[in-house]
Amino acid sequence: MNKVKSLVLAGLLAFAPSIAMNGQALAQDNVAAAAAPAADNAAAPADSAANATEAAPVAKVAAPPRMKPTEGIGMPKPGEVTLQEQFTSTGHTARWLHDKMLLPLIFAISILVLALMLYAMWKFRASANPIPSKTSHNTLIEVVWTVLPVLILLVVAVPSIGLLADQYKPAPKDALTVKVTGYQWYWGYEYPDAGIPEFVSNMLTEEQANASGEPHQLAADNRLVLPVGRPIKLIITGADVIHSFAVPSLWVKMDAVPGRLNEKSFTIEKPGVYYGQCSELCGARHGFMPIAIEALPPAQFDQWVLSQGGKLPGAAPAAAETAQAAAPAAAPVADAKL
Amino acid sequence: MTTITADHHSDHTHDHHDADHKPAFFQRWFMSTNHKDIGTLYLIFAIFAGVVGGAISGLMRAELAQPGIQYLQGWANIQHAMLGAEPASLDQAYHLWNALITAHGLIMVFFMVMPAIIGGFGNWFVPIMIGAPDMAFPRMNNISFWLLIPAFALLLGSAFVPGGTGYGAGTGWTVYAPLSTSGSAGPAVDMAILSLHIAGAGSILGAVNFITTILNMRAPGMTLHKMPLFVWSVLVTAFLLLLALPVLAAAITMLLTDRNFGTTFYDASGGGDPELYQHLFWFFGHPEVYIMILPGFGIVSQIISTFSKKPVFGYLGMAYAMVAIGVVGFVVWAHHMFTTGMSVNVKMYFTAATMVIAVPTGIKIFSWIATIWGGSISYKTPMVWALGFIFLFTVGGVTGVVLANGGVDDVLHDTYYVVAHFHYVLSLGAVFSLFAGFYYWFPKMSGRMYNEFLGQLHFWVFFVGVNMLFFPMHFLGLSGMPRRYPDYPAAFEKWNSVATHGYEIMAVGMVIFFINVFWSLAAGKKAVGNPWGEGATTLEWTLSSPPPFHQFETLPVIDDAAHH
Repeated sequence: MNKVKSLVLAGLLAFAPSIAMNGQALAQDNVAAAAAPAADNAAAPADSAANATEAAPVAKVAAPPRMKPTEGIGMPKPGEVTLQEQFTSTGHTARWLHDKMLLPLIFAISILVLALMLYAMWKFRASANPIPSKTSHNTLIEVVWTVLPVLILLVVAVPSIGLLADQYKPAPKDALTVKVTGYQWYWGYEYPDAGIPEFVSNMLTEEQANASGEPHQLAADNRLVLPVGRPIKLIITGADVIHSFAVPSLWVKMDAVPGRLNEKSFTIEKPGVYYGQCSELCGARHGFMPIAIEALPPAQFDQWVLSQGGKLPGAAPAAAETAQAAAPAAAPVADAKL
Repeated sequence: MTTITADHHSDHTHDHHDADHKPAFFQRWFMSTNHKDIGTLYLIFAIFAGVVGGAISGLMRAELAQPGIQYLQGWANIQHAMLGAEPASLDQAYHLWNALITAHGLIMVFFMVMPAIIGGFGNWFVPIMIGAPDMAFPRMNNISFWLLIPAFALLLGSAFVPGGTGYGAGTGWTVYAPLSTSGSAGPAVDMAILSLHIAGAGSILGAVNFITTILNMRAPGMTLHKMPLFVWSVLVTAFLLLLALPVLAAAITMLLTDRNFGTTFYDASGGGDPELYQHLFWFFGHPEVYIMILPGFGIVSQIISTFSKKPVFGYLGMAYAMVAIGVVGFVVWAHHMFTTGMSVNVKMYFTAATMVIAVPTGIKIFSWIATIWGGSISYKTPMVWALGFIFLFTVGGVTGVVLANGGVDDVLHDTYYVVAHFHYVLSLGAVFSLFAGFYYWFPKMSGRMYNEFLGQLHFWVFFVGVNMLFFPMHFLGLSGMPRRYPDYPAAFEKWNSVATHGYEIMAVGMVIFFINVFWSLAAGKKAVGNPWGEGATTLEWTLSSPPPFHQFETLPVIDDAAHH
């Protein structure tokens, strides 16, 4: 709330010429703070292409082969009527809440209302009941149908609030941090922990998707590669307008808002390809900037990190200076794990 | 729910009585100060806007019938040809899609449902139901209506000026910054914003008028607790409008200055915050959905009571449930923003507060059922629509309980599940109540009976159509299809195709409706003052059909013994 207040205040200041000096000072601080990441972002797509070519000769480790998606996993099934299969612990909890609690509850309420209506409509039709009753009050029943829903809602609220607490559990310190940036109209992924600079992910055309055996509209060229079984912390932001990073099978949806860093943490349970789509209207190609996550077993993920010229956690701190040295040094370790 | 004493005669026998002296055509319809004529203008306008908005949704369903882009490119080329521009690029065709969804949303909310349910039925029947000769401010009533015309013209016109990637405002009806500021160059979004300003100003004036009328102009003996529930619903709605619309006006004014005058209210690089806009918009936007549905609750209450020949069950509970919905409606707005990255405590609060709304809503549903319980029910067209409303609104309501859970909403937010939810409460809720009210009051407004068979047929065809159209959207949303997409993965084809067929059936229903309206206006049986019999106890049924040009020159006196 304070933030909102100060924003309104800042806005008012901008309009008041008499105190414009203060207003400008305040505004400029913010510009400086916000402009720095923005500038990075703007430059990143161009950089990442350059980095990729530079890094190629350096990386001695080959990337793991591109994983094939499993039909119906991490993507909608044809004619599906319910939620996608879940691969995170919050996903299981949330799905349980929806499938085992909310869905039966709303079915029961709808059927109850329908049954009461149909019964009354039949029993009290004019031909069967020509003289209407004059009842217009019944305190007891009114209290009952006020209190009973309150109790039902309390029962629902307990696991629902629990689910929220679960979703917001902060990621452990050793979580892998990935910065996700939404652009018009593609995604950028950067691995600050591993030193992998941002690369961008664009939708595959229909021909390309068919050729690689992936669903069109969901398949992307460069996937967001993540390890299985390790906590992941996504830092999500938008570069131009608001986007939303959404992967239904991981129970993830977080807006990518310019000027704001949103955090989302989860742990993927099984290797696989998990698809999602941008979920906040972001302009012309809003429907054409899918998200594709490739979840690899830890060893293969490490191999992928090395193949991108990145360093593994626990590798020599000096690696930052000499990426060339670090990559080969770490490679045998990765091989051994394989 | 009230009875009046017999000292009032609506059928005047005097020659040249003032009550029936109607002004000449231009003066009557273009300079009107008569609440019934203004109500009629609102209804005609709403029907016209509804046809435009409904046709746009037809375009959308056609494109979504199968995966791939089938028609969008062609429509964009037509749009460009009309403007003398070169053929549209693919991105411009995609932009047209966004312009279509934006126009559909804005038209249906601001130019169809609101004008029909508040401007139309509210104007027609609030003064009559409280025994008043007209609205408190008849000239302001006229400007409220006529502001809609330039507002609608601006919105339609915005489709033909640049709005960023292509022509028209492609921001969604929510007009989120920064897509609506830095993301949409060109005058289209400015025109859409100005349109909302003007329509909003008209609604505020209307709200002031209704509040003043209801609080000051009730007939002797018409205490607040004797007012028909429709009047209660309009009173609550008017307060919601009065408190919510200025916030929208502020929000979109800041959009305008961000767009045109270099301010940075919603721009983080200047110290603003894009989410400030969302908070302001939804502070208006959530009450707005109750603005659209509460008068529908009122209409349904009148109809259910009339055709059950029973007073409304739990009148006070019904009235104060609407007040409660209105009050709580102001403190739940951020459930529209569960995925914006708000803190866990805020999310918990909005989850809990949102669920609370189910309680007064449940009271209303159960009270309606209790009203028909023990009644002597006749299934005339308005009653059939009202009963359809109760069930379909329940279905829309329970999915609202699912969405209220912030943790569950994480996966459903911005998917077709949300689209299904709000179309069940609006397109099957508010619109069913509109049709119920239209058939209920058609004899009163026009002086002619509608065709009962066509009315029933309209209901059943429309009922099947809209359910087939909107129910599969729950499946699409659960399995992950996002909103506002012109194209989708092949897996979503089945239910999209079913939905499009549902639209076709619904469209047939609308054809039946229009045949009925035109046939009935031209050749319908003359309606008596009260065609619905003893169950119709509100004041409008004591007047002739149509009512005299000015009613209640002698104020009716409400019987003290009347009970609810």
